[in-house]
Amino acid sequence: MKDIYILSIESSCDETSMAIVKNGKQVESFTVLTQMDTHAHFGGVVPEIASRMHTENITMVLEETLKKSKIKMENIDAIAVTYAPGLLGSLLVGVEFAKTLSLVYKKPLIAVHHTIGHIYANAIDNTLTFPLLALVVSGGHTDLILMEEDYSFKLLGSTLDDAIGECYDKVARVLDLPYPGGPNIDRLAEKGLPTYNLPKPVNDETYNFSFSGLKSYIINLVHNEKQKGNSIRKEDLACSFQITATDELVRKVELALKSNFVKEFIVAGGVSANHYLRDEMKKISEKYKVKFSIPEFKYCTDNAAMIGAAAYPLFLKSKFVDFNLNAKSNVSFFE
Amino acid sequence: MEYKITTRNEKDTLEIAENIASEKFSNMVICLEGELGSGKTVFVKGFAHALGIEENVTSPTFNLVKEYPNEELPLYHMDVYRLKGACENIGLDEYFFKEGITIVEWSDMICDCLPDERLEIKFKVIDENTRVLLFIPYGTKYEDLCQSVL
Repeated sequence: MKDIYILSIESSCDETSMAIVKNGKQVESFTVLTQMDTHAHFGGVVPEIASRMHTENITMVLEETLKKSKIKMENIDAIAVTYAPGLLGSLLVGVEFAKTLSLVYKKPLIAVHHTIGHIYANAIDNTLTFPLLALVVSGGHTDLILMEEDYSFKLLGSTLDDAIGECYDKVARVLDLPYPGGPNIDRLAEKGLPTYNLPKPVNDETYNFSFSGLKSYIINLVHNEKQKGNSIRKEDLACSFQITATDELVRKVELALKSNFVKEFIVAGGVSANHYLRDEMKKISEKYKVKFSIPEFKYCTDNAAMIGAAAYPLFLKSKFVDFNLNAKSNVSFFE
Repeated sequence: MEYKITTRNEKDTLEIAENIASEKFSNMVICLEGELGSGKTVFVKGFAHALGIEENVTSPTFNLVKEYPNEELPLYHMDVYRLKGACENIGLDEYFFKEGITIVEWSDMICDCLPDERLEIKFKVIDENTRVLLFIPYGTKYEDLCQSVL
């Protein structure tokens, strides 16, 4: 069969990214322009600034992506773009740009859900084997998903309150760590010991998660210690928190692996860049003797390569969209 | 005129938020002050629920604003904790006049950028579950609102 080249675009938050992905697996060319430095100044992503910067950057990112590969626009088979979820203004820049390319170069257009993109980051240089269990961990998500086959998503469980990334960020805030909080806790935790005895999050046997109790406990703990004039051993608290939160994820993954027959276990989303989590997830997959996949660091955070990978199964099924495609801040993709 | 209300648990805070939401109007701005864990996000949850927003409301931690589209009035939920005054020219003020409802957490960080007319709510932690909520309306619309629901 002829090789398929998809040009993919991702602009849902503060990264302007494009990639050319061959057959949904090989990344031929890949560019990410992050606005992290700008937003770090404000301590979080400012929607209006993000969309302005996407507009300024997007043509440059296209030129760069084409220049890095030998593939010409004429040889691209389809244009793929993240249409949801994310910041509306940011998504719109990518969606309108993709429509324009599709119109000018007469290429079919494929709409990709951002979270599905994160899942398919695991299809890069890897062949996904089904049935498959996916753990999606990010600032907005903590989901356990069962995929019986390609592009079928059954939600087993998710967080009832805060996402794991949100919890990381709030704990970082109470420890006075700078934005972004997650990577800073990860680094600090490596120097600490789990000396704080923290309450385990929900102890039920469902696949759902809850992190707000753990978050509140840590906030109260820090406040109380401060009021008493005691100092907090930040390294140790970061370490204790990281282990408690990750262990709960592992426990629910283990529950799912015990009661569902799967051939592969994958981890996806921004928090999959966390070192402790990567190690623990690998261990649990080894215990249950299932194939394990976690994206390379560069494909853990928002990027267009994963969008190209996720667009490929849609290309094969000719699931194209027309120019009525609109950006959406929030869409569920579960069956 | 200020109004002081004691809530004994999350449910009380949710109810107050729902009551205020019942008097909603376009371009309503509510500013929430109070330490981490004092119930600001709980208030937003109650408010969003009353608006008919089904999505689970969480802190807009990574993005300073989270938009909840809604047929009648969309909700803009801000957490400006890290802005510390640097809010000019970044478009946040546009939300106040976008014909929705804006709720700002940690509004004390951006005092200079808030609209003159608004409802301010200060959350004070008394003990693990008890909070004192202090309502301060600025402008007649917000004074009327407080009078009718508090």
